[in-house]
Amino acid sequence: MSAFQPVLLWTDAALFALLACAVVVGVRQRGDALRRAAWQRMLSRPSATVSLVVLAFFVAIGLLDSLHFRRALPPSAEGGVHYAARVESVLDLLLAPLHQNPEKTYSAPLATRAFVKDNIERDGGVVGRDYPRLAYGGAHLGEGGEGRATDIGRRLAVGAVGGLVLALALAGALRALGRRGSGATNGTAGGATRAGWMSFFVMLMLIGAVSALAAGYHVFGTDKVGQDVLYLTLKSVRTALIIGVVTTVVTLPIAIALGITAGYLGGWVDDFIQYVYTVINSIPGVLLIAAAVLMMQVVIETHPDWFATAAERADARLLALCVILGMTSWTGLCRLLRAETLKLRELEYVQAARAFGVGTALILRRHVLPNLMHIVLIALVMDFSALVLAEAVLSYVGIGVDPSTISFGTMINAARMELARDPAVWWSLAAAFVVMFALVLAANLLADAVREAFDPRTA
Amino acid sequence: MWAYLVRRILYAIPILIGVNLLTFLLFFVVNTPDDIARMQLGVKRVTPEAIDNWKRERGYHLPRFFNDDESGTRQLTETIFFQKSARMFAFDFGASDDGRDIAREIGQRMGPSLAIAVPTFVLGLLVAICFSLLLVFFRASRLDVAGVVLCVAMMSISSLFYIIFGQWLVAKVWQLVPISGYVGGIDSWPFLVLPVLIGVFAGLGASARWYRTLFLEEIGRDYVRTARAKGVSERVVLFRHVLKNAMIPILTGVVVVIPLLFMGSLLIESFFGIPGLGSYTIEAIQAQDFAVVRAMVFIGSLLYIVGLVLTDISYTVVDPRVRLE
Repeated sequence: MSAFQPVLLWTDAALFALLACAVVVGVRQRGDALRRAAWQRMLSRPSATVSLVVLAFFVAIGLLDSLHFRRALPPSAEGGVHYAARVESVLDLLLAPLHQNPEKTYSAPLATRAFVKDNIERDGGVVGRDYPRLAYGGAHLGEGGEGRATDIGRRLAVGAVGGLVLALALAGALRALGRRGSGATNGTAGGATRAGWMSFFVMLMLIGAVSALAAGYHVFGTDKVGQDVLYLTLKSVRTALIIGVVTTVVTLPIAIALGITAGYLGGWVDDFIQYVYTVINSIPGVLLIAAAVLMMQVVIETHPDWFATAAERADARLLALCVILGMTSWTGLCRLLRAETLKLRELEYVQAARAFGVGTALILRRHVLPNLMHIVLIALVMDFSALVLAEAVLSYVGIGVDPSTISFGTMINAARMELARDPAVWWSLAAAFVVMFALVLAANLLADAVREAFDPRTA
Repeated sequence: MWAYLVRRILYAIPILIGVNLLTFLLFFVVNTPDDIARMQLGVKRVTPEAIDNWKRERGYHLPRFFNDDESGTRQLTETIFFQKSARMFAFDFGASDDGRDIAREIGQRMGPSLAIAVPTFVLGLLVAICFSLLLVFFRASRLDVAGVVLCVAMMSISSLFYIIFGQWLVAKVWQLVPISGYVGGIDSWPFLVLPVLIGVFAGLGASARWYRTLFLEEIGRDYVRTARAKGVSERVVLFRHVLKNAMIPILTGVVVVIPLLFMGSLLIESFFGIPGLGSYTIEAIQAQDFAVVRAMVFIGSLLYIVGLVLTDISYTVVDPRVRLE
């Protein structure tokens, strides 16, 4: 009997499989001198190293949030182990104080009192209207919430110093490991490496400060139903990553297979594939996605028996959304790959391979595909940021993720009327937009660096 | 040129048929009309009679492709495929699922959509080109770097932020314009200013950066060096020589969206309460009105194909070397 049962949702599996693929491709490419030079060229840009470090933190949050499990319920009378219907993740465990201490309704960031007045029973049974004391926010400060400013300052300082110490320890450990492995990696790109380390330190100090504050306050406030906004924002990261990454897993095989065959074989195959992608391209993207998502919703609604838990259902919708986004967005990459294959087909080494009687499949795999990989890589990183932004819009329109899935889109959608309140409730929107901005900006900067380093026209 | 146009228009027909088949597949084969009726009427507690009624009212009770109960050509015409999909080629969109005539609705809503989309498009293009030419004028300087950083930052901000924040700041805090609404006619300009400005602003980052790359590619060419050697001023080089020669790649991206302006903007129209086609689409999606979504898909792809043909024609206008044959 165990205290918990691991749960592997479909999107978890996709995410981990993708990570494994990336590692395998990375290891296999270590021997390729040209590729390694391109990576080094990329890592010599400070913007690339900084955005890589920032993205690594986002990915870490996403991965922690992808390790799912169900807790065992207290043993029942007839024996046997039953598990709770709620699916939790390791991130939920780490953030337990945040989401297990909800307030009643809105409260401002770092507040000790609620944002709206409520009936409060004072000493002697008199009921008056005042801002009620929060259950969690600054609960350690006592009834009046005195000394909040000094407490916040102290927590900030302690947290930042703690983060710095942790960063120094980690950096020392990594350095020692790196030296044992190979001494050649360091020192080639001084400024960029330093910028990367700087951002690593800053991020850890930030995390330290925020977690020190979060131990006593709602750092980003609470939303309408009293949920901690910091918790919601961190949970949104996984959804954004899944949408940005898993979609490309759907896109790549279709785009690569069709693009290469169209370009290499030509003739009626080429005509047919061009016809298919012109048809899909000519339907405005949002409408095609809307049509497909509406139909997917009908399928899910009419088959409630397919899903054991609500989490599985929401996860199936997320995966289906990724598939739909992938099925509707492969055309651009396919066209690029077809054009490039047309060029490659006429090159001498491909002609020579054909003259030697090498089969088509082998030519495609050995001579054509490797020379297209830079296009694939560039498209992959460039699509990521667009997909993260698209998720928010689609969820607003009502054709995005399941309403119960926490994402930037659902957060913004729930909070869109809050600025119209008087006084305005700004923190939910601000938190969602700021974190989304950080994620997308890092992805955009990385995409620029990748394009500069790998595109033969600019290199 | 006329022969070319006729061929392009003929080529559009199989594509439209493909779009039609694809939407038919999505709407009537993935799910049966029964599923949709059950969904619309609520999954639980729905009687077979209610489903039958719902389908009959909307014409979904017919067979999909072939009607055995009829004779002659009616075997083919009295089907869902003919009634719902094939008739779109005659711009007969039928009625929406709540019983209103789609074609009339589209006619009414086109005006407000264009009132937002056309100024946004023209102004957005002008501002983006001017801004990118400015960056190119100061290329490789601090200003250029700052401009590019600004573009990347603006690209990384969600369009929802521009709309929500802009509406809050300009309409609620500064109270310069009404928050939302539309009156029609020339009096509606106070309602249009803010959505247009937000639309321009939201698209500026991506397009200005793209144009800057195009201009920088042109500015390294030999003809620019020749022009400078003749003593032409940098301003004239940029506006007369570089801009003209960069027109082809700009047009490729720009002309194709002109016909799609009719469709309006989903987000802006719905946030500002503009009764255009964008908000029509969004309402249809939220109400799961499949008839309207189908009609909009068809119109959208038709307009896209028109845009492709217009793009080809525009090449001949800006580049005398291009002839359509």
